[in-house]
Amino acid sequence: MLGLTQYLILSALLFSISVAGIFLNRKNVLLLLMCIELMLLAVNFNFIAFSRFLGDTSGQVFVFFILTVAAAEAAIGLAILIVLFRSKRTINVEDLDVMKG
Amino acid sequence: MVLQVYFWALALLLLGASLGVITSRNPVFSALWLVLAFVTSAVLWILLEAEFLAIVLVLVYVGAVMVLFLFVIMMLDIDLDTLKKGFVRFAPVGAIVAFIIAIELVTVFVIRSTGLPVLANPPPHPAGYSNTKELGAVLYTEHVYAFELASFLLLLAIVAAITLTMRRRPGLKRQDIARQVAVQAKDRVRLVSMPVEKD
Repeated sequence: MLGLTQYLILSALLFSISVAGIFLNRKNVLLLLMCIELMLLAVNFNFIAFSRFLGDTSGQVFVFFILTVAAAEAAIGLAILIVLFRSKRTINVEDLDVMKG
Repeated sequence: MVLQVYFWALALLLLGASLGVITSRNPVFSALWLVLAFVTSAVLWILLEAEFLAIVLVLVYVGAVMVLFLFVIMMLDIDLDTLKKGFVRFAPVGAIVAFIIAIELVTVFVIRSTGLPVLANPPPHPAGYSNTKELGAVLYTEHVYAFELASFLLLLAIVAAITLTMRRRPGLKRQDIARQVAVQAKDRVRLVSMPVEKD
């Protein structure tokens, strides 16, 4: 029978893959945003698995709010990316250093 | 047993899709792998009897957020070669860090989850049970302020995204309806009185 540990291990592996993705694609802002989405997905997995195995709906409510915040974050992040690309013609993280002291 | 096989097949698909996200050369393929990852997770969430959130994941993430990602990727003219530099150099570091995190998390789960008061085998919900109804019952009573706040956050995101990306280009010819309506006859027509000219 499916246990809680299986779901937790799956989400842990998903989370570590997305951490590796942040290291691998550290120049591309778009890929960084996608890796953050993957991380949030892994966290949501934990919430839903615990909600099921503890018999408590609060976990699912939490996932609902995380989905809302993540959607808002993606929309604003992509808007910022478009503005950046318009002014600098690149999305390379290393060229985005105007705030460097 | 069938459930086990189904779960592990979906889990492998999910992990494979997420590896595809982080290793694809082209961001379009990364986005498409991410769509596969979201759909697979939605199926796994249905296995966990979170039907409402599974549907929301497909509708909101695959239907809206990923389409937005694809729009942006295709709109921007990205130089892929410079962005992929350092991929090989940082691959070992990323792999090591990811491996350490995975080992840590898995050990914690395996050791600690034995002490939690979890239901070893939660009974499936009876026929006619509505996950949406149950979620709505707590969302509109216990969590109603958080719900209102979330809707306000979405409004804020709309306003922020539009104000960030709107631009006014100078020297553009366009219609100004307010000025057209407010215009008076004396602004446009000039009556000139002049003496009559003969031949």
